[in-house]
Amino acid sequence: MEGWGRYPRHESEVLVCRLPETLSGTVSSRAGLIARGNGRSYGDAAIGEHLTLTCGALSRMKSFDEMNASLTVEGGVMLSDILRSFIPRGYFPPVVPGTKFVTIGGMIASDVHGKNHHRDGGFGEHVSEIKLVVAGGEIVTCSRAKNSELFLATLGGMGLTGVVAEATFTLRPITTGWIVQKTVVTENLADTLKALKQTDDATYSVAWIDCLSRGASLGRSLIFVGEHASPSDIAQMPKAAQFPPSKAARLSLPVDLPGSALNRASVSAFNDLYYRLGARKAARASLVHWDSYFFPLDGLLEWNRLYGKRGFLQHQCVVPDENALAVLSSMLDRFARSGKASFLAVLKRLRGGAGLLSFPAPGYTLALDLPVAPDVFQLLDEIDKLVVAAGGRLYLAKDARQSRHTFEAGYPRLQAFKEVRRTTGADRHFSSQLGKRLGI
Amino acid sequence: MKAIGKALLLIGATSDIGRATALVYAEAGWDIHLVGRRRELVQREADDIVTRTGAAVTAHELDILDIDRFEAFLSTVSPLPDTAVCVVGELGEQARAERELEHAAMVMRTNFEGPALMLGLLASRFAARGSGTIVGISSVAGDRGRGSNYVYGAAKAGLTAFLSGLRNRLSTAGVRVLTIKPGFVRTRMTDGMKLPPVLTAAPAEVAQRIFAVADGSKGGDVVYVRRIWYPLMAIIRSIPEPIFKRLRL
Repeated sequence: MEGWGRYPRHESEVLVCRLPETLSGTVSSRAGLIARGNGRSYGDAAIGEHLTLTCGALSRMKSFDEMNASLTVEGGVMLSDILRSFIPRGYFPPVVPGTKFVTIGGMIASDVHGKNHHRDGGFGEHVSEIKLVVAGGEIVTCSRAKNSELFLATLGGMGLTGVVAEATFTLRPITTGWIVQKTVVTENLADTLKALKQTDDATYSVAWIDCLSRGASLGRSLIFVGEHASPSDIAQMPKAAQFPPSKAARLSLPVDLPGSALNRASVSAFNDLYYRLGARKAARASLVHWDSYFFPLDGLLEWNRLYGKRGFLQHQCVVPDENALAVLSSMLDRFARSGKASFLAVLKRLRGGAGLLSFPAPGYTLALDLPVAPDVFQLLDEIDKLVVAAGGRLYLAKDARQSRHTFEAGYPRLQAFKEVRRTTGADRHFSSQLGKRLGI
Repeated sequence: MKAIGKALLLIGATSDIGRATALVYAEAGWDIHLVGRRRELVQREADDIVTRTGAAVTAHELDILDIDRFEAFLSTVSPLPDTAVCVVGELGEQARAERELEHAAMVMRTNFEGPALMLGLLASRFAARGSGTIVGISSVAGDRGRGSNYVYGAAKAGLTAFLSGLRNRLSTAGVRVLTIKPGFVRTRMTDGMKLPPVLTAAPAEVAQRIFAVADGSKGGDVVYVRRIWYPLMAIIRSIPEPIFKRLRL
């Protein structure tokens, strides 16, 4: 089995859970298991030490309370299904990650963040209740008021507290399915950080960062700021276009590209072009389809094959505000000099996270992809030293290789998390390759 | 979704194809009556469809082998639906069916007796009203008996013939009768089997085809979900028996 990054690969027995009524018995029958949703975590988080329990068939929605815009679903329901059903009715999920092909159970386990984290927090902050199957097979209802420690451990807990059978969370009302997007062009890192901070009151804000540019233009970016469009913003469109469906045309990468297809020259040329095109249309606001704004990569199915058979690593860290400029500068300089990083590099602001192991912390998060190659691991180990020294951490949902030391230094609430695992028996029962690697 | 005042009766609601079909109808504004063997599982599907679409959905418990209950059951579904779709099916195990009469009989009754009798009852009621559409899910396996699954295939062949006769009988009575042959479908029934991708449909694809033919703009009486099955099954049907009997298909 492998994650979305196709690195690392591990052997694991796989069991499919078909019905909610069999979930308890299946979970309690074997130790060393982890739940898997749609397999979109990048590394080894959704690979069980002995057994991987796939929960995609637990995909039924339970109820929707219109008064509170509160939706209850089984853990295997896909975000794409929620978008399909609820956008036409004028609701949008409170937080969405960069792909819609994730399950709600996975979104909770990773406490995913979106482009609105600086304002609305992570997905976990909008979850009011979880029905969790714990080690003994009991179904425990947890929330901020009830079994709150277990609840907070489960948000961002990477599935290591139990299996999400059901969850309740609130949707946000929208009046159209469009986003008004503005682009802010920045010329260097200091500029970029300042501009990101200045867009803090925007609902959505994220920077694409050119991680191959160096010297005076190190850290130059395009910042995409977005707001849900109102009906007056789309007045010129036909009424039927108010809530457009998901973009249907799907390209799929039919083969693995050779590992060398993305090299310094090709990515650098691409980045340059992308930056110039973005800068040219920066002045005016544009209307963007929700699918293109939030999930641009979903249009290219299996884009993970871009990086060749050996797979890729995504490095996502967060560093606190205080020394962000200095730390991010030296990180970007390291990446740029190595020439390893690819086109997909993203910078955004985060605030604190809700769960005991939630990734977000106040500061800036930088995420970039690197094809797996022998010398990449050492480069990332060096980058991690900078992250640790700055008081930052790495995102577990993306991680495939960080050291136990880096992890322990970055997650101060780890002991509390382990304590919850111990008291619920999860420590002897739920185990993923990620958990084993990091000693969780 | 805006209700359009039409109702679907879906028998076999907890199957993958049944669930997908009910969802397509619900998204089109139909009221839905779901029927399945176990109440709590039917209710789970009903809740799902209500939550996804806001449609009016009811859940009913009925075992397709329990033919004594059929008439009483139909009198509880009121008013009579506009379209009835039966997706009930059970692949069974061919080798076991060769050894155990009980198992073979169960496969035959589940794929033929139950669905045919239920759709027959509905057809007569539709004929008395003068309108309605009957949809039976048969199978390419019923087009020609093969050593690897002829008990299932024979039952489906029976259903195909029954639906053909029903269509013939009711062609002037305002009642449409459709036979859908999905080909391979990626469902619980075929879980773990190696299926050729070109011939294999997703449940949602089958559902959309059912809706398009039964209540959309497409016509047809006997419909293969993927068009490639038309020439393929024409070839398979045309192979002379002395040759066919030696083939391992």
